[in-house]
Amino acid sequence: MRTSETTAVPAATTTGEPVLSARNLVKHFPVRGGGLLRRKVGDIHAVCDVSFDIYENETLGLVGESGCGKSTTARLLMDLHPATSGDVYFDGTSISSLSRKQMQRTRRNMQIVFQDPYASLDPRMPVNEIVAEPLRIHGVYDADRVRQLLHTVGLRPEHGNRFPHEFSGGQRQRIGIARALALEPRLLVLDEPVSALDVSIQAGVLNLLEDLQAELGLSYLFVSHDLSVVRHVADRIAVMYLGKIVEFAPAERLFEAPAHPYTQALISAIPIPDPQKERSRQRIVITGDVPSPGNPPSGCRFRTRCPKFANELSESDRTLCVEQEPELIDRGQGHPAACHFAESAALL
Amino acid sequence: MLEVDDLHVEFPTDDGLVRAVRGVSFGLRRGEVLGIVGESGSGKSVTSMAVMGLLPDTARVSGAIRYDGKNLVGASDKEMSTVRGKRISMVFQDPMTSLNPVYPIGYQIAEAILAHENIRKDAAMKRAVELLEVVHIPNPEERAKAYPHELSGGMRQRIVIAIAMANRPDIIIADEPTTALDVTVQAQILEALANAQAETGAAMMLITHDLGVIAGQADRVQVMYAGKVVEAGTAEEVFYRPRMPYTLGLLGSLPRLDVRSERLTPISGSPPSAVNMPPGCPFSPRCPMAAPECDVEEPPLEQGMTATHFAACYFSADVEGHTPDEIFRSTEAADAASGSSAREGSR
Amino acid sequence: MPDATETQQSSPLTGQPSETSPAGQPEREFTVPERSQTQMILRRFLQHKLAVASLFVLLGVVLVAFVGGALWKYSYVDITADESVPPSWEHPFGTDAVGHDSFAQVLRGTQLSLGVAVLVALFSTIVGTVWGSIAGYYRGWLDTVMMRIADLVLTLPLLAVAAVLGHNVGGSWWLIAVVIAGLYWAYVARVARGVVLSLREKEFIEASKALGASDMRIILRHLVPNSLGAVIVNATILVAIAILIETALSFLGFGVQPPDTSLGLLVSNAQTAVSTRPWLFYFPGLFIIIIALTINFIGDGLRDAFDPKQTKVRE
Repeated sequence: MRTSETTAVPAATTTGEPVLSARNLVKHFPVRGGGLLRRKVGDIHAVCDVSFDIYENETLGLVGESGCGKSTTARLLMDLHPATSGDVYFDGTSISSLSRKQMQRTRRNMQIVFQDPYASLDPRMPVNEIVAEPLRIHGVYDADRVRQLLHTVGLRPEHGNRFPHEFSGGQRQRIGIARALALEPRLLVLDEPVSALDVSIQAGVLNLLEDLQAELGLSYLFVSHDLSVVRHVADRIAVMYLGKIVEFAPAERLFEAPAHPYTQALISAIPIPDPQKERSRQRIVITGDVPSPGNPPSGCRFRTRCPKFANELSESDRTLCVEQEPELIDRGQGHPAACHFAESAALL
Repeated sequence: MLEVDDLHVEFPTDDGLVRAVRGVSFGLRRGEVLGIVGESGSGKSVTSMAVMGLLPDTARVSGAIRYDGKNLVGASDKEMSTVRGKRISMVFQDPMTSLNPVYPIGYQIAEAILAHENIRKDAAMKRAVELLEVVHIPNPEERAKAYPHELSGGMRQRIVIAIAMANRPDIIIADEPTTALDVTVQAQILEALANAQAETGAAMMLITHDLGVIAGQADRVQVMYAGKVVEAGTAEEVFYRPRMPYTLGLLGSLPRLDVRSERLTPISGSPPSAVNMPPGCPFSPRCPMAAPECDVEEPPLEQGMTATHFAACYFSADVEGHTPDEIFRSTEAADAASGSSAREGSR
Repeated sequence: MPDATETQQSSPLTGQPSETSPAGQPEREFTVPERSQTQMILRRFLQHKLAVASLFVLLGVVLVAFVGGALWKYSYVDITADESVPPSWEHPFGTDAVGHDSFAQVLRGTQLSLGVAVLVALFSTIVGTVWGSIAGYYRGWLDTVMMRIADLVLTLPLLAVAAVLGHNVGGSWWLIAVVIAGLYWAYVARVARGVVLSLREKEFIEASKALGASDMRIILRHLVPNSLGAVIVNATILVAIAILIETALSFLGFGVQPPDTSLGLLVSNAQTAVSTRPWLFYFPGLFIIIIALTINFIGDGLRDAFDPKQTKVRE
């Protein structure tokens, strides 16, 4: 099964240096108490030691449920939040070492598209101005360029004087994409770009993103909670749980042979729009909710919900899960998974 | 058991008359799960609100909703309250809005029981704890004393389900019950709903935009578009042999978890605004198969190859058996260039 | 990047012939013609009938107070021979016991009250908005310090402070305005901070940061235009409040000092004469009510007009 459908692994399609690398990114948000001094009472461990590379012209999918730190990771890359520790390298240079001016130049190369097309466009700016903003900030404004950008994302430049609220969700998301493309970036961070859209519209935006990637040679970091969408767009996929990457694999590999119990649970929880398949699927059901990132479990963070931990492991094995945090390494499954007892399973 | 006949719901607004539901008819049989699927603004939620009698006073409702020999359309609030919550109950998308933040959850479940049943308070509390156990709340005794804000979203939705099944209703209406939840929690909630349904023997109307959820849960499926049912049938019929281009288009726009799709086939254009709807088939402006006659008169919901399968399309026979790609591919390119995408209907 | 049309034609991935003819397909039927933002705000305001009517009434009052006051045959200090006459053609609002023409006094009072109100609104809006925006945008310790100061100002009992200061520095109308504004800016600051706090979390602000926009650009291009509506509405409310407070202060005897006069002072002076010479009480009272009400309605209209999601004007 694996050989019959193997698509190109990233190593084959990409050559040379990564466009962007994240190294040991950590982000803690302080939790403050009330009162005059607002003393710090704890930390939300939003992102814990996350590392990955994104190569030219590839799409890296970052998947996880709400609160897993995927959106925070995206913002750390864009330097919208300062990282607690760790580094982001663009073209091999650490962005934290850059001066303000150099950073400004780097920003031209990486842009972000947000989830909510209603909130990410200034309601008081006409569309032309929204798309022109990056050009103005970097002193390269050109009215023709704005028209061209609107055309590229499938909007009619004649409507450029209208305000965002006059457009539909799908059109607004296209406006957001046009703005992100304005400075000819090499990397786009897409933070749940289609989650707020209806299905039939979502498909159009996904196709647009695909076309743009093919035409402009863009790299994408595609952040999403929806594994079906990620499978469609991503070349490689990182699965996050409670601030950590728990499994990292080429897209096809992840779906054919998921090794981490969380990935397996995630895959089997997503309904397939096919009645017979959906009803006869093998399921790995997990119980409970995601623990608070303010107080993550010791050892393996997934152990509190892990079906393997609850049903299969011996007492001594469990001690290992509780005491030792599993590293994200290949344990013989062909790709890294952060589980002491990683084991591939075929679920689809 | 429940019969909806030619239901119309209209809202007068400043923009004009919003025709949210335009002649919806269907029946609900004992113990079955009817899935209602559609995009935002298709009228699926308004339909369920009409059944529950929860529409605002400004809404103009016509047609009939027959339940237990009574017509619920135009029924007084007093009459409705004997049905609502007891015989027909509802699970909403956002559990926080249906729970009262200032009371413990056990008390709220007991309240729901006491509202319709004449039993002692401690007996009701005992039932509440039992119900919590049915929906798999760990330590139900203790949790009954918790307040809604102390629970996670998934837990809260379980509480809402427990309240919905408290009076052993005949019908449970679940309106996007899992949309606000994470997928792993969604799986748990769907299971809890299925349990609740099995436990009470109730029929369920499951309203969602997620075709995957419908595929897994529904016995019969109804696809809504622009305030009308455009296709109805068993889950197999609708998913495997759709007879309406819109259904086919929806299936084609969906990235699949189980197969690697090369390219999606979106539906071009946008759903019509619910104000000033033109005559004819509401889908025709987006439909690759549209012919002049489609714009003259709206096609009725007609029976297809089997007695259970209905579709509102003049060309149903031509749709059946084709892939989304074959029908929609030709229009997708034009769409990409002209930048059509839908306006999410005016609600 | 190559020209977009060319790119699409030569797209290796999609290469459909139909993709080259985008112009023929209307992307969406817009139901409204395109309008500039000022046009839209104006249209939405004009749609608000009560606000438009109020605007005309208020303009009328302003005109009568300032132009009429200058042209009227009596000045507010003139003492005529007619004492305590009821309204007549000679004295439309009657006269008081001394022989002051009540019409001239009401006009003078209106001038002062409006002056106080506008000064208060301007001063507290500008100071409060700047204060609140800085606190809300930068947050952290700066926010804490600035807002604690504002809170402190808010705890001062307005009437007592105004009374003490008004009494000691004398009853010049602009001093009273400064005193009221000196206490009311803190309310505006809280409102402005709230607006900015919610705005700065919006994704479009994040988007601007990601584009490399400076703090200055974000504040001027995004935060200010988006909080303008709330600020203007608040300013109109302040105008109404200031008039009422000035009235209250003068009524208590801490405001404008005779021979100058204000609407509040007139009402105060006439309170003993309500039953014998009611015109002295009712006319200034009527002006207070008209001014306060019209300004509130105009505020309502502005609030609706500044909301870009308002679609009531659609044809």
